[in-house]
Amino acid sequence: MKYLDEYRDPVLARRLLADIHATAGHKWTIMEVCGGQTHTIVRQGIDELLPAGVRMIHGPGCPVCVTPLEMIDKALAIAARPDVIFTSFGDMLRVPGSATDLVSLKARGADVRVVYTPLDAVRIAAAHPDRQVVFFAVGFETTAPANAMAVLRAAALGLSNFSMLVSHVLVPPAMTAILDSADNEVQAFLAAGHVCAVMGWTEYEPIAARYRVPIVVTGFEPLDLLEGILMAVRQLEDGRHEVENQYARAVRRDGNTAARDAMRAVFQVSTRLWRGIGPIPASGLTLTPDFARFDAERRYGVAAVTADENPACIAGQILQGTKIPTDCTAYGTLCTPRHPLGAPMVSAEGTCAAFHNAGRS
Amino acid sequence: MDPLTATCPMPQTETERVLLGHGSGGRLMAELLAGVIEPELGLTGPAEDAAVVDLGVAGGHDEVIVSTDAFVVTPRVFPGGDIGELAVNGTVNDLAMRGARPVGICLSYIVEEGLGIEELRTVTASVARAARSAGVRVVSGDTKVVGRGAADGLYVTTTGFGLGLPGARISAANAQPEDVVLISGPIGLHGTAILSVRENLGFEAEIASDTRPLHDLVAAMVDAGGVSVHALRDPTRGGLASALNELAETSAVGVELDESAIPVPGTVAAACDLLGLDPLHVANEGCLVAFVSPEAALDVLVAMRAHPAGHQARPIGRAVAAHPGRVRMYTTVGATRVVDMLVGEQLPRIC
Amino acid sequence: MIGVCLGIPGRVVELTDEGLRMGVVDFGGIRREVCLAYEPDAVVGDYVIVHVGFAISRVDEEEAARTLEVIRAIPDALETELGATGPIEDEPRETEPREAAGR
Repeated sequence: MKYLDEYRDPVLARRLLADIHATAGHKWTIMEVCGGQTHTIVRQGIDELLPAGVRMIHGPGCPVCVTPLEMIDKALAIAARPDVIFTSFGDMLRVPGSATDLVSLKARGADVRVVYTPLDAVRIAAAHPDRQVVFFAVGFETTAPANAMAVLRAAALGLSNFSMLVSHVLVPPAMTAILDSADNEVQAFLAAGHVCAVMGWTEYEPIAARYRVPIVVTGFEPLDLLEGILMAVRQLEDGRHEVENQYARAVRRDGNTAARDAMRAVFQVSTRLWRGIGPIPASGLTLTPDFARFDAERRYGVAAVTADENPACIAGQILQGTKIPTDCTAYGTLCTPRHPLGAPMVSAEGTCAAFHNAGRS
Repeated sequence: MDPLTATCPMPQTETERVLLGHGSGGRLMAELLAGVIEPELGLTGPAEDAAVVDLGVAGGHDEVIVSTDAFVVTPRVFPGGDIGELAVNGTVNDLAMRGARPVGICLSYIVEEGLGIEELRTVTASVARAARSAGVRVVSGDTKVVGRGAADGLYVTTTGFGLGLPGARISAANAQPEDVVLISGPIGLHGTAILSVRENLGFEAEIASDTRPLHDLVAAMVDAGGVSVHALRDPTRGGLASALNELAETSAVGVELDESAIPVPGTVAAACDLLGLDPLHVANEGCLVAFVSPEAALDVLVAMRAHPAGHQARPIGRAVAAHPGRVRMYTTVGATRVVDMLVGEQLPRIC
Repeated sequence: MIGVCLGIPGRVVELTDEGLRMGVVDFGGIRREVCLAYEPDAVVGDYVIVHVGFAISRVDEEEAARTLEVIRAIPDALETELGATGPIEDEPRETEPREAAGR
């Protein structure tokens, strides 16, 4: 595939690796934020080929993984209702809630449907005026414009049977929460390329300046990650702390204005609970008053649902990068992709699943 | 009651949809068999409870190779084939993977009340066509009808039987360290073809299922390599990764693969990229992997390449004594990772 | 499973309008309907990055080429520092046997 395969060239990958080895003169710790980046790194074994002193920490870049337990329980409560068609991205289906998960609910007769795009959820609502259709809107800023358009479309079509369970999270507040943490060891970030395709990178400039950390906007293919790591290492060796753009073919400084306009019309910034991290102010999105009628939490009265985490699951520390999956006593034994205890083992982009599927032990 | 509008109380013969009555062993069923199923399959002669099959050998064989399988794929028709063709090829291939020359197939249908009779006819015609192509006979059959909702349209079960190819000693437990791992062709086509017609994922692609019988290819391989062909498997559900893991486990050998050698067609790679799937876990229906001793590997590869079902055959790795039961792969950037089996269900019912 | 972060490049092959700016995008032979509302200037032949059925960015073909050129310019000489590696048939590798953590 054009603009994809070229960035998987093994010969060029080895040149980048060699350059990283030649450039890195000290120990450095770099965090990649996005789950898609973690996936490539672990699947290709890139972190094992880096110089011993360059350590990659996998950040909370999997929106599935950071969805709080109570949000899953809210989804389950809504999906269990006989009048509801519950639609979701595939990733959410096997995430365990307190008692069950969407797949099990589906097996017991709930109408749970996987959709590839939120517009399909709107189509289903338009096609079934006699049923309530709920869409589980999970994701980072990358997905928010799509979810915003779904709401706008539903409004334009005058649909009264469509609503969204919103669990959106924003990246920059998570980065600062990690940087503010007493245990923080991260010295540079690879910012999520597709988040930045939407948002641009202006939000990262004050972070780089204030915390004196290099931030490199990076893509998702092996060459992108290696080049991003090389650029970060160069900055670290030089003592610079700037925002650079490795993913120049897809990201511009101002991002996608049309997308952000739609987001701003439909969503407002709010406090969000991050699974394993806790509440982070101004780190999530909820529907604006103009579109509050599409809020599934309100429609189904599930706003007050709370939940307790499984004590064996160290998802929080995994997501903050203070522990790796192999540090967890449950990893590979009690907790496997077959019967996961927490989200990072269920989601294909979750750190624990990525490790397990690559056979790390 | 107006005599002019009264409808006749005698049961009408349903010509369009399968009824429960079609499975009840009476006249309706006889009509279905005689009118739809038998003509398509070319079954003649008295209707017996069991078939007597002349295996056409004058002694020498004291073993019959037998396999059974069920086919529940939806959609039942997909780019490149349908459930009928899949049923025949899948059964033939199971036998071939054990080193058999397939001889015959027993066929059984479980039909959901309401299935279109035309569809039943079309599927049966596919079965007949695939059987003819593969040189096997459908020798026995059964039909049951269950109530609406008790089955998803049509389920097909088969039992196939055959005789061991002379000079073959093939078993999943037979792979040896140093064996070369050969693949007969590109992977991921069947699963991706099925996905492309699934509603909720809907995309257009020029991808057709690779369903095909492989017994002839296997015969050519055994001809060339004899007992050096140690193990065979056709990677269906769970994909290449699962098949190799099973063989590694059963034979207690390790497997090392070269990622860049594994043939993944561009369209399959694109579909997998689009959906976030691993081509190694996607189902296939027309390729096989073989573990062949190193001295014979080249001869077997040449024989495969000369055969239409194997013209894209190539080596993708080897068996090793290290890490028995584990499959490791050298990634395109030169690192290694473990290739695991598919966990849980990737797709509902693709074969 | 469908990745929530997944965004891949594809070529716009057709534009349609259903009240919402839509199009058909080709991804290496696979075609899918995509919403182009956020790339209103995209025309047939352009490459866009698609995420959950929406084009969120256009591929800048010059930047794409430049990225590769920069990487290609990294001298080969550096490779020797890393040591030769390659497909299985090369010199023997040391692989530490791993403790199976259960499958």
